[in-house]
Amino acid sequence: MKTSARSWRLILLVAAALAIAATALTAAGCGGSSNTDAGGTPAPAISGFTPQPMSADTILGAGASFPAPLYMKWGSDYNGVSGVKLNYQSIGSGGGISAIEAKTVDFGASDAPLEQAELEANGLAQFPMVVGGDVLVVNLDGVADGQLKLTPDLVGGIFMGTVTTWNDPAIVKLNPGVQLPSTKINVVHRSDGSGTTWIFTHYLTDAAGSIWTAGADKEIAWPVGVGGKGNEGVAASVQQLSGSIGYVEYAYAKQTGMTTTQLQNKDGQWVKPSIASFAAAAANADWKASLPSMYMVLVNQPGAETWPITGASFILMQKDQADAARGKAALEFFNWGYTSGADGATALDYVAIPVGVYDLVQKQVWPTITMSGTPVWP
Amino acid sequence: MSTVELEAPRSPGAPRGAAQAAPRGRRISLGDPIFQGLATACGLALAVAMFGLTGVLVYNSWPAISGLGTSVLTTVAWSPVDHQYGALAALAGTFLSTLVAMVIAVPLALVIALLLVELVHPAVARVVGTAIEMLAAIPSIIFGMVGIFVIVPFIQDRFVPWLLTTPLGSLPGIKPGAQFQGGGLSIFTAGVVLAFMVLPFITAVSRDVLRMVPQVTKEAGYGMGSTTWEVMHKISLRYANSGIVGAVFIGLGRALGETMAVAFLIGSVYTSIPRSLFDPGTSIASLIANTFSEATDKIQVSALIELGLILFLITVVFQILAQVWLRRVQRSTGGRA
Repeated sequence: MKTSARSWRLILLVAAALAIAATALTAAGCGGSSNTDAGGTPAPAISGFTPQPMSADTILGAGASFPAPLYMKWGSDYNGVSGVKLNYQSIGSGGGISAIEAKTVDFGASDAPLEQAELEANGLAQFPMVVGGDVLVVNLDGVADGQLKLTPDLVGGIFMGTVTTWNDPAIVKLNPGVQLPSTKINVVHRSDGSGTTWIFTHYLTDAAGSIWTAGADKEIAWPVGVGGKGNEGVAASVQQLSGSIGYVEYAYAKQTGMTTTQLQNKDGQWVKPSIASFAAAAANADWKASLPSMYMVLVNQPGAETWPITGASFILMQKDQADAARGKAALEFFNWGYTSGADGATALDYVAIPVGVYDLVQKQVWPTITMSGTPVWP
Repeated sequence: MSTVELEAPRSPGAPRGAAQAAPRGRRISLGDPIFQGLATACGLALAVAMFGLTGVLVYNSWPAISGLGTSVLTTVAWSPVDHQYGALAALAGTFLSTLVAMVIAVPLALVIALLLVELVHPAVARVVGTAIEMLAAIPSIIFGMVGIFVIVPFIQDRFVPWLLTTPLGSLPGIKPGAQFQGGGLSIFTAGVVLAFMVLPFITAVSRDVLRMVPQVTKEAGYGMGSTTWEVMHKISLRYANSGIVGAVFIGLGRALGETMAVAFLIGSVYTSIPRSLFDPGTSIASLIANTFSEATDKIQVSALIELGLILFLITVVFQILAQVWLRRVQRSTGGRA
């Protein structure tokens, strides 16, 4: 009994020491975070994201993870020419939307555009910043990169579970000379909500609507297949499991050297994924019709060169700016990205917004971003 | 225990009078209430954190509890497009993957623990014991990656094709279901990797408990002419019974809540209850990890928090069952443990 009482006292001693340390840490934490409340803005309910104290030479952004590498590269390049820093938190599109609605950041970023009604409800302006897209990747012995051809109906059928084997007559007919096994098609999709899935399911709905009936969203109820977490999860599953097909972001497939397919686009042409075919989709889309919200789903656009599974990543900003200098700083950065960021984008396998499109943004959308009725840019 | 006595020479009750006499003791008597207060605060903070956590979970899941009712627990339609959030598949997947893990890990852990304590040379036991403890320190994401690059292809390309040629392959629960995708990413694979993750915990605790079996008791067994097996089986395991159950529950708690490795390996199919161990499925923790960060529908966020609450309650229930069981075993073995 004596020893146990002693060891209890030792435990209490350790607990007391821990409590003191915890109290000290909490006090320090409170001191550190109190200045973020100075603006009186409500903190968004986002885990892992703390708004930084505001200063005029730092632009704050948060949101989509897909364009994050590019925004970070642009941020560091832009800092070299202007001295303005970019602090971009890659917390997901949902978090970016919450953050800009709560006004804790200068801009939010989302892979899926918001509709006009939601923009109006929160007083937001929206414009595209960068173009990317999905490619289909397969794991088939003896099939080379860009060799396999698929029509929209076949892609829809495979992901719907109605086309189940690789030697399906429809696939064989399209691909003479390609060795197709008689094995089952293993479908791999994203298990997490993502802009990649948003683009892909919009493509299926738009291009193969009579076959694909599972709807379009960042996360859907998949009829068949297994889920992989993130691009890396889908890629790993496709690379591990023979006879599988999945969809990943173009940049990811290119950098990991996966086997991609050709697709038949809206004009009936066979196209391979490339920077040029994504740019063609962005250039051929009717952006004027998307005003004022710029809500644009870039899938299945016309044009002989167009890659059909393309999407834009969007920036969200408050129309009514509390601080003209901060709003202008952010728009200056985006202007630099539009006019001087194309090489940086290509280097990371992203596609820059075509001149005609960003011209439209600067003439039609940016003038609506104001302080006391005066546009903050130029 | 000798070191404890050197560091804490005063016994708790005695020195009160002495403390008032000597100035050195005065300082200590001031320290006592401070420690008492701090310790009480710590204990209270723990209780507040516990109840606060439950409160926050209930509050944030209320929109789903009131809006979706019992459909979260009773339906399998998980479809953000239609705003339906039935998570029965996640519940089923959680229990099935945990079951597979425990069926593999518990016997293996017991055999290893007995081996380390009773059969091998102490030097070997030390080396193997350290290796097992290091297994516990590996982050779960590493298990997920090893799983996806090594275990998934093995199960898909070798194990499942072989199993399906044996008579076992046509048994219900093993025979592939409608969602079968080759068996690599499946409840079974997640369970196998979970087994390796909980193995070190169960082994280490069981080993420590088995070590506490008094040498004299075992020697008495040998003296009666028992074989090594009889001593292990009838004395060691009996004596360590309740401790081993505790070890199993530690492993169970970890398996139920494990997130990353399972999210990588279980196949992440949210909309059907697995008919076979080799069908893909999902678990509560991996469903939350997969979908929470991009969930924009308020009801979906709330439904995910409700699932968190359910997982929390499941673990609490298992803890309570473990306590009840331990107490019962202690009573029947005369309070030894």
